[in-house]
Amino acid sequence: MSEQTATRSTGRHAAVPAQRSGRGRAPLSENKKSERRLGWLLCAPAALVMLAVTAYPIIYSVWLSLQRFDLRFPDERRFVGLENYVTVLTNEFWWTAFGVTALITVVTVAVELVLGMGLALIMHRTLVGRGVVRTAALIPYGIVTVVAAFSWRYAWTPGTGYLANLFSDGAPLTERASSLAIIMLAEIWKTTPFMALLLMAGLALVPEDLLKAASTDGATAWQRFTKVMLPVMKPAILVALLFRTLDAFRVFDNIFVLTAGGNETSSVSMLAYNNLIRGLNLGIGSTMSVLIFIAVAIIAFVFVKLFGTAAPGSSDDERR
Amino acid sequence: MNEPDEAVRRRRPRVRAVAAAAAVALAAPLAACGSGGDGGTPTINLYYPPEQNLQKVVDTCNTAAGGRYKIVYRVLPRQADDQRVQLVRRLAAEDSGMDVLGLDVTWTQEFASADWILEWTGQDKAEVEQGTLAGPLETARYQGRLYGAPKNTNVQLLWYRKDLVPEPPKSWDQMISAAQELKRQGKPYQILTMGAQYEGLVVLYNTLAESAGGRILSDDGGKAVMDEGTVRALEQLRKLATSGVTSPSFSNATEDPVRLEFQSGAGAFQVNWPFVYPAMQEANPDLAKQVAWARVPGIDENTPSKVTIGGVNLAVSAYSKHPELSFAAAKCLRDEQNQKFSAINDGVPPTIEKVYADPEMAEAYPMRDTIVEELKEPAVRPLTPAYQSISTVMSAVLSPPSQIRPQQTADELREAIADALESKGVLP
Repeated sequence: MSEQTATRSTGRHAAVPAQRSGRGRAPLSENKKSERRLGWLLCAPAALVMLAVTAYPIIYSVWLSLQRFDLRFPDERRFVGLENYVTVLTNEFWWTAFGVTALITVVTVAVELVLGMGLALIMHRTLVGRGVVRTAALIPYGIVTVVAAFSWRYAWTPGTGYLANLFSDGAPLTERASSLAIIMLAEIWKTTPFMALLLMAGLALVPEDLLKAASTDGATAWQRFTKVMLPVMKPAILVALLFRTLDAFRVFDNIFVLTAGGNETSSVSMLAYNNLIRGLNLGIGSTMSVLIFIAVAIIAFVFVKLFGTAAPGSSDDERR
Repeated sequence: MNEPDEAVRRRRPRVRAVAAAAAVALAAPLAACGSGGDGGTPTINLYYPPEQNLQKVVDTCNTAAGGRYKIVYRVLPRQADDQRVQLVRRLAAEDSGMDVLGLDVTWTQEFASADWILEWTGQDKAEVEQGTLAGPLETARYQGRLYGAPKNTNVQLLWYRKDLVPEPPKSWDQMISAAQELKRQGKPYQILTMGAQYEGLVVLYNTLAESAGGRILSDDGGKAVMDEGTVRALEQLRKLATSGVTSPSFSNATEDPVRLEFQSGAGAFQVNWPFVYPAMQEANPDLAKQVAWARVPGIDENTPSKVTIGGVNLAVSAYSKHPELSFAAAKCLRDEQNQKFSAINDGVPPTIEKVYADPEMAEAYPMRDTIVEELKEPAVRPLTPAYQSISTVMSAVLSPPSQIRPQQTADELREAIADALESKGVLP
């Protein structure tokens, strides 16, 4: 898979204007052509598997979203066009959930970026016990989300938990603002190590010589960080942000365990689950899934096209 | 390539042994799940909510079956929502590993409409209908057909303090005035019942609406009605919530907190399920001596109330491999003797009327006469496959009860219920 991505992205980069002057648009030689054909053949099985396991369910959900299809009323199943989309997009529960999801996404990703960067620097610069430090930092990410969410829930429940008694005199998980804060805290605690891991990979790309040169030129630590490290790390940062934003937008397990969506803390994924699994309404539920898919696609598009996020491997040749 | 190959070959016998052991270990529980596990006796998988002594009933039935079938009790999760999710997920996937299902009364129509459970017909049907109370039977019907065998029912009662209130109130208005009077005298006065945004609030509202002669749905369950009676019920609910006689946590109260509050002596009245009585006798015996029970008050003092019933119906999965035996097993689990056993040992009210007359019931059920009286003219929650959605939106619209504006809330409810019936409603 990784080879395949690399091949494809180099292929794309060949068309980037800056490089075109060097390589031109010369017709491909026989050798190149057969190489390309082999490339297609080699990735065909993977592509077919991808089609079977992702394209089919996606197309099927789109098809379901265009029907009135409720398992409780099997005889009423019929094609309704875009009616379900109108229903969902004019519904206040949907927009409340959308707002909650957007808030959680923006806040957690921003906080994770800052904390993750700090953690990455620590992990990168540690001289003694590097292995221990890195392992310790990664522990939260290694714990199953649902298990971690349960311990957060008990911690914040008066009677069973220490945090509830420490920070408030009520039940924080029964009020909206405090519930949302706890959900975000659990998310941040859980995924900051992942962010740090990705950023550390970016840090490893920063050449020591460059930092030394900057230092010789009199750059302060802050200047070295903002003027040298950040620009060099930009591709890694964008990839980390992209991954985390996509993940955060689909937040489900923490909310499911912590509040089950009570007090208007449902995310869009929770809402889709409630309508699909609890409500047995495949039409409305699939409509929500498709809308979530579209939102995720838009996020990915914005990152890739507007911010120029690229696959980690392909950023190398850009810089050199 | 040669070396590792040889190494593998040398190690192979042991690898095989391990693999075989692993296969046996994996397959053993699988075989237990399948039917016909032990020597040809078909296994009937009973999926039922946790009930402490149900295993004894299962054992009784297995002995009585004399090798025709063997019921295995598979305990569902404790929470009603989790029970339903497990059942619907597996039924939607046409899982043949489930035979007899213990369904909450409000799920029966939903499962029947989805073609997930089999109709009771012929002799089986006749046996179930024989001697069973009309209310519970109604909860097991869908479109005039019988889809479940009522195993147990349940109904709320009014619990009141004899030492504070000599005569139980006949109407909610009387109860509210009595509570206000007690409040003036500085005595315990609260009316405690469930008002949180969940099924309990829908049960309370359904009791009020049916007592006022109102109809939430049309008789065939196809349309939202919300007539005058339901508006009166909304007025009554708002009055209860705004007269200063409820507990401050009324809008967040569920069954157990209500029980605990009354048990601590704060209330003069409690509307709750019968399980509160044995609990009170254990936790606060002095108070229990002062507590009596009566039929839940009506809207009008001259019209007796109609009280919402709960309970469990036994249904046979449409994907069961042994439908005939499953019907037989279900009949055994709910027969007269076993219902009496469950009533006395697990405190679940029987659905067969005769059982209440049994002398052994007198001790376990001192309030049995009131229960039977209520069960004879019960209120049934709207019978529709969309009940789950309706209940969710109703509890959302009704909450908090103090904010109800009767006519406007009724219109809102009508609209939300109509949407739910057309699969257009979005669940929060």
